[in-house]
Amino acid sequence: MPAKILVVDDDAAIRRLLRNTLLRADHAVVEAPDAKAALQQAGAERPDAILLDLGLPDRDGLSIIPLLRKQGDAAILVVSARDAVDEKVAALDLGADDFVTKPFDTDELLARLRVALRHRGRADQEPAIIRRGDLTIDLARPMIRRGAEEIHLTRKEREVLGVLARHLGRVVTHQRLLTACWGGDEEPRIEYLRIVIRNLRQKLESPGPVGSVIANELGVGYRLRAEP
Amino acid sequence: MGEGARPDPDALLRAAAQEGRGRLKIFLGAAPGVGKTYEMLSEGAARRRDGVDVVIGVVETHGRADTEALIRGHEVIDRRAVRYEGRTLHEMDLDAILVRAPRLVLVDELAHTNAPGSRHPKRHQDVEELLAAGIDVYSTVNIQHVESLNDVVASFTRVRVRETVPDAILEAAEIEVVDIPPDELIERLKAGKVYLPAEATRALGHFFSKSNLSALRELALRRAAQAVDARMLEDVRALGLGGTWAGGDRIVVAISEQPGCDTLVRAAKRVADGLRGPWTAVFVETPRAAGFTDAQHARIAATMTLATQLGGAVATVPAASVVDGLQSVLTDLRATQLVLGKSRRSRWFELRHGSVVDTLVRDTPDVTVHVLPMPSDASGRAPPRRPAPHRGTPAHYAITTAMVAGITAIASALFQILDLGNVALLYLLPVMAAASLYGLRPGLYAGIASSLAYNFFFLPPTGTLTIRNPENVVSVLVLLGIAVATSQLTARVRAQADLAAASARTNATLAGFLRQIAGVNDVDMAARMICDDVRRLLDVQVVLLGRGHGADLAMLAASDPGYRLDTMDHAAASWAFDSGTPAGRGSGTLAASEWLFQPMKAGGRVVGVLGVASDRTGSPVRPDQLPLLGSLIDQSALVLERLRLQDEMRDVDAVRTRDRLRAALLSSVSHDLRTPLTAVLAGAAQLRHGATPEVIATIESEAQRLNRFVANLLDMARVEAGALKLHVEATDLSDAVAGAAHDARRALEGHEVRLDVPPDLPLVRADPQLLHHCLLNLLDNAGRYGDPGTAIVIEGRHRFGELRLAVLDHGPGLPPGREGEVFETFRRLEGSDRSIGGTGLGLAIVKAFAEAMGMTVEAGNRADGRGAVFALVFPAALIVRDLPTEGG
Repeated sequence: MPAKILVVDDDAAIRRLLRNTLLRADHAVVEAPDAKAALQQAGAERPDAILLDLGLPDRDGLSIIPLLRKQGDAAILVVSARDAVDEKVAALDLGADDFVTKPFDTDELLARLRVALRHRGRADQEPAIIRRGDLTIDLARPMIRRGAEEIHLTRKEREVLGVLARHLGRVVTHQRLLTACWGGDEEPRIEYLRIVIRNLRQKLESPGPVGSVIANELGVGYRLRAEP
Repeated sequence: MGEGARPDPDALLRAAAQEGRGRLKIFLGAAPGVGKTYEMLSEGAARRRDGVDVVIGVVETHGRADTEALIRGHEVIDRRAVRYEGRTLHEMDLDAILVRAPRLVLVDELAHTNAPGSRHPKRHQDVEELLAAGIDVYSTVNIQHVESLNDVVASFTRVRVRETVPDAILEAAEIEVVDIPPDELIERLKAGKVYLPAEATRALGHFFSKSNLSALRELALRRAAQAVDARMLEDVRALGLGGTWAGGDRIVVAISEQPGCDTLVRAAKRVADGLRGPWTAVFVETPRAAGFTDAQHARIAATMTLATQLGGAVATVPAASVVDGLQSVLTDLRATQLVLGKSRRSRWFELRHGSVVDTLVRDTPDVTVHVLPMPSDASGRAPPRRPAPHRGTPAHYAITTAMVAGITAIASALFQILDLGNVALLYLLPVMAAASLYGLRPGLYAGIASSLAYNFFFLPPTGTLTIRNPENVVSVLVLLGIAVATSQLTARVRAQADLAAASARTNATLAGFLRQIAGVNDVDMAARMICDDVRRLLDVQVVLLGRGHGADLAMLAASDPGYRLDTMDHAAASWAFDSGTPAGRGSGTLAASEWLFQPMKAGGRVVGVLGVASDRTGSPVRPDQLPLLGSLIDQSALVLERLRLQDEMRDVDAVRTRDRLRAALLSSVSHDLRTPLTAVLAGAAQLRHGATPEVIATIESEAQRLNRFVANLLDMARVEAGALKLHVEATDLSDAVAGAAHDARRALEGHEVRLDVPPDLPLVRADPQLLHHCLLNLLDNAGRYGDPGTAIVIEGRHRFGELRLAVLDHGPGLPPGREGEVFETFRRLEGSDRSIGGTGLGLAIVKAFAEAMGMTVEAGNRADGRGAVFALVFPAALIVRDLPTEGG
């Protein structure tokens, strides 16, 4: 489903690259070289999604995320060369849907964009079921089957998988996972999460590096991969 | 300028020091009421009319209307209110004037004593600071306040003022004598125009007698003329004119612990002024000095200080006797004049020891000796004598008696074969033994006992003490004389040995201190040792301040870490540091501080400040300890300076290493950036003729290689800049390994990757991103050096409390014995080919990151020798122990 995308980046070459990529995927593109133009365009063009570079010439990209949020319900994807964990978490906390680090794989970028648009109700409905080989993950319940046999999940494993499933394809920060699944605890500890994720992985995957269903965004959170 | 008339370097230096300094003009008066202040204000007003920026620092009008009228035209700097013992005093605001920085400031009453707690105890020190700041000063002073004339004035006016101004100040100043005839002054006094200080009021009738005023007036005029002479002389010396100085007079004044020596020093100053010669105050430190009381030490120090203030040099000379010491000084200094106090020793003492004066007059014919009477002073009583070593103990007398008895017995046995004279010789033995071993009194006792025994047992008529033959009287006298002579000789030798021993002890102390501190390479450690040693050696509290890495003066160490310095202490310490002169208790500056701060100078700069405090009143350090303290401070300063230089050298080394790395980096960058860029550009050019999967794959893999390289460069830059920020959290290694293997999948193409990480491995505390980069680099390295088609194993083991994560490849392995070198920056081991790629940065980053997180790295070869093993080792401290089973 085509959507209107606002590309905010001060580098003309990157804008051109993104424009070509997006046009090839049948999206409409508007561009802004700085924060001021971005806010203007977001108000005037009502885009469905915004690809936002954080290193803008006139002001910090992070600071305009809440302003863009107020302009409408466009999905916000941060596309930045900055690689600091703090900044990624801050962007997510301020209301960004996801982030992609430069240099990026254009296929990866389009996949993330698809996920974000889906969550904004601008794309096809989410798949209710993920299949990997003989593994089936029923996201609605949630439940895992290998072949026909259901794999037992503990209560916490089901809760964590449920939260990740609701944000299919998007990163969920540690803090959000901890609050959602251990919210009643005095001081939820990341160790709990690590162990649950490890156990989930063992049940979801065959050993090997390729094709992890649960991706670890280092220092930020976890993501349930919609596509292999 | 003729030959041999070279300029005196000291004089030139002094002249140079004058440049940039303010000039001082002093309005000198013979007595209060002559109109000094009026004259100063008038001249100030004249200068102001000339366009000079003039302010009044402080002026006492004493309610005189004409004076007050003169003030009105001037800008007056408000005085500073000082609370002291319930009263409010108004003192000149030195800092306000320094801030205002006028061209000329008028400061009345140069001899004034500031309220306690002020920066300087004396106003003339304030003025000195103003001059140093380049501000001209006009000031006033009465002749009776001039230091060297203090005694003279007091002698005829019977008014002694405590507030004095050092002569050196007058000599450096332009002097204008404010003069009115005595009759006129008396008229003004009678007319009530003169405010009088309390002392003068009390002595009114006497002080303002016509004869006194005439004498004072003459003194003032003479002093002014002298000052002009002194300055002219200075000019002459600076220019190297004249040149009779070397042949001129040199004056030495001998000072002692006795009261009244300040009078001697002032007299010497007058003699020196009259003769225009340099002068030196000398204290001869004889063995007696060891027995001095604190008060006596303090008196010597005070006299020395006075001499310095009056412009003289000072010296302390250790010697066995005053005469010896003075003679050596007179020779050394080529002195022509000697000023001595007439000793008030008893006639008896002089008979025994000889008069110092007589001996010197006799033995130094080239020197003119001035002998001055010492003032009588009740406190001048001889101090309680130290128990003299030559008195002997009862045991000494018993042994002496036994010796005499023994000799008597031996002589009786041998009497048959000896004549009487030889018996007398035998008795010399106990006398000399007792005198040399036990001192004078046991020696005399032996002499008397021996002569009695000799007389009784051997001199006919034996059995009586009668002496029949006059020759035998001689024998008795000889025995006694020998006792005296021997004991004196021995005592002197012993005293000199004691003195040498004391100085050896001091030297040994210093040597021990130096030995200890020589090996120290850390400023904090050195500072602590200095504090501890000074405290141990001098029994005082010690703090050491310096400019560490910051710009502010801060405490580096203290003999007790609990010491806190208050604002006043800090002010004193800063003063000592900035000015290079002592400050605080017992010094002339900021004496309200509990601490005495001494600057530590090395190589012409102040490297620190040593503060000492103790429960003693006055100066915290006993005067006799001052030389030792001085030596300790000098040595400590040298040590601190050495450490500072070492630090600088280290910094230079660090810069050099950085430069070397930078050069290596540049060569690496030019190779490793350009190679993939060339491939990308070539690939892009080929795309014009149609895309083939091969070309696209090349572009992608080369771009990836470029990306890894840039990531490594950024990582290295962060390590080098010391800007690594750790976000440590509990991390699952199986998770980390899976993620790294996923991201490194391109580099691992052509290899089978085996993950051997047990699912029950404990979590570790690590920064997930840094750990990820470590693993990426290890995998990248394994993918590059492992033989194509072989397996790469990632193995996690928890054993003996540590956790080891290893990456194993199948390949050439590492050169044995040089495994550790692979972690050095830009190191590619021999035999490795550039075509393999890699920058030599990757493993260095692994090491730097791992160590930043508290891990260690290991490199080696597989047990079967067919490949390399790189391992990250997590010590027990990084392992998360309380693994939750199912949180919540």
